Amino acid sequence: MNKLVIISIGPASSVQDGGRPGAQRYGLVPSGAMDRLALAAANTLVGNAPFTAAVEVGPFGAKFTTRGAAVRVALTGAPRNADIAGRAVAPDTSATLADGETLTLGFARGGAFSYLAIEGGIAGEPMFGSLAVNARAGLGSPYPRPLQAGDELPAKAASGAAERRIELPAATDAPIRIVWGPQDDEFTDETKKLFVDSEWKISATSDRMGYRLEGPTLKHLHGHNIVSDGTVNGSLQVPGNGQPIVLMPDRGTSGGYPKIATVISADLGRLTQIPAGHAFRFRAVSMAEAQAEARKFAELLRTLPDRLRAIESVDLNIDALHDANVAGHAVSAVDAGTWHAVSMADIAGPD
Amino acid sequence: MAATLPPPRLLPSGDSAITVEFSRNIDDAANRRVLALDRALAAQPIAGVTETVPTYRSLLVHYDPVQIGFDKLGGRILALAQLPVPATTKARRWRIPVVYGGEHGIDLEDVAKTLNTTPEEIVARHVAGDYRVAMIGFTPGWSYLSGLADSLHMPRRQNPRLLTPAGTISIGGVQTGVQCLAGPSGWHLLGRTAVRTYQLHRDPIFLLEPGDNVTFTPVDAKTFAEQDRAAEAGEFIAEQIAS
Repeated sequence: MNKLVIISIGPASSVQDGGRPGAQRYGLVPSGAMDRLALAAANTLVGNAPFTAAVEVGPFGAKFTTRGAAVRVALTGAPRNADIAGRAVAPDTSATLADGETLTLGFARGGAFSYLAIEGGIAGEPMFGSLAVNARAGLGSPYPRPLQAGDELPAKAASGAAERRIELPAATDAPIRIVWGPQDDEFTDETKKLFVDSEWKISATSDRMGYRLEGPTLKHLHGHNIVSDGTVNGSLQVPGNGQPIVLMPDRGTSGGYPKIATVISADLGRLTQIPAGHAFRFRAVSMAEAQAEARKFAELLRTLPDRLRAIESVDLNIDALHDANVAGHAVSAVDAGTWHAVSMADIAGPD
Repeated sequence: MAATLPPPRLLPSGDSAITVEFSRNIDDAANRRVLALDRALAAQPIAGVTETVPTYRSLLVHYDPVQIGFDKLGGRILALAQLPVPATTKARRWRIPVVYGGEHGIDLEDVAKTLNTTPEEIVARHVAGDYRVAMIGFTPGWSYLSGLADSLHMPRRQNPRLLTPAGTISIGGVQTGVQCLAGPSGWHLLGRTAVRTYQLHRDPIFLLEPGDNVTFTPVDAKTFAEQDRAAEAGEFIAEQIAS
């Protein structure tokens, strides 16, 4: 069997896909990719269904090599230097490793998670229809834990299809949108105003379970204990210290802290890519706006194949980009002004 | 015609889930309504609803906003929540063996001291209980049971433990629980069971359902060890008994 072999990889890297919804009533959280758009884009580049399993690469660098045959891959998500045997790989493109060649990924430069999709997907044994790693529950395939050096991912031989790039909507640092609730009545109007009027930073002690936020202290109206109820991706729970935590795909399915607000689903992937220490804001929107954005996001996911482009037309740009990267400038192929050179290298280790 | 039931509160949990809240407190009547709504949604599925998560006092309804909007779904949930709650349901009943005290239940002595009684009396009270799975949450298979005797209510520990063993049977506040995986807990550890409420490569993977009835039966450490080996090999250990 052909393989993509991991030579080295940092913590917080794991096989992820669309996750395994359906068993939250038994305490099993769905897990799945932190940035669903980036996962879907990577898979689209190599002709896979959008939520096929791929490698979610954390903020550190990684090296992969092929054994047995050429393997075609695509890289999306957090910008980072990447090359195959010295040939630059631009963000949001596909590329092919000849048998024995090495793909080297640098640190994330702004952002946190990149997605490495493999043409044909990753061969594994799905549990509840998913290969996504959930180490606490002993789930995930080929390995029920974060990836480490020496791991081998069974892969199909490259088809030889022409390489592609994908044109994604321009990155933005607009405020992260929220809808209030379910427990915003546990806070005064002044506290809610403080929440949306303040700058927040993502703490270095964040991981796939939750992103801790640093900012003003949010005071509870009736104490910080509520009777446990269900959580969702993007729940903004406020524990006793008044510093909110955004719950992420490896969250507990229930929690006993009041949830002041919920990040809208269309903005959650963008939030997962905000580097630790970088200031950002929230903006409250109506349910109607949040659901209109959710429908737009679903349409974007559905029409990703329309955004594929031939790669020849950008060859020069890729070279220019690579030269700039080698020279040490933090350059993004998406929008050089948007991403910040703050590294997430310090975020917490494996789950 | 039955009196109209008070409607639950529809609380938005983002754009893809509604928290249907029947009470702010741990409340047996509210939990029965949660479970009744959960069954009603299973019996009369609403297009766009993807998953439901019962808790003590609320039902979290996940849905796809491409298929159905908040207002329309909320209206249909309110209508279902008006259906009468069945007085009795054909819930399953399980008997779960527990080894109490000693190394398996390191807080039993302290619980007895705090409640001014003997460890034997604590075990007797816990075994006498007739419990219902009010919710399963936090981590896979962690089953929160309602029905704990008033005489066993006590506040949670000041300092939660970061690691408690798989199979722990514990009490906290007005609740008792069956914990499946090793993990953090702020509850008082009374004992352990060999029963795996969550076990991969077994059919079913999840043993207990929200709404199931549970009683406990004491076993000695030797029996626990034997049961633990059998459970590892895929046996249920928990016995299903006639209601």
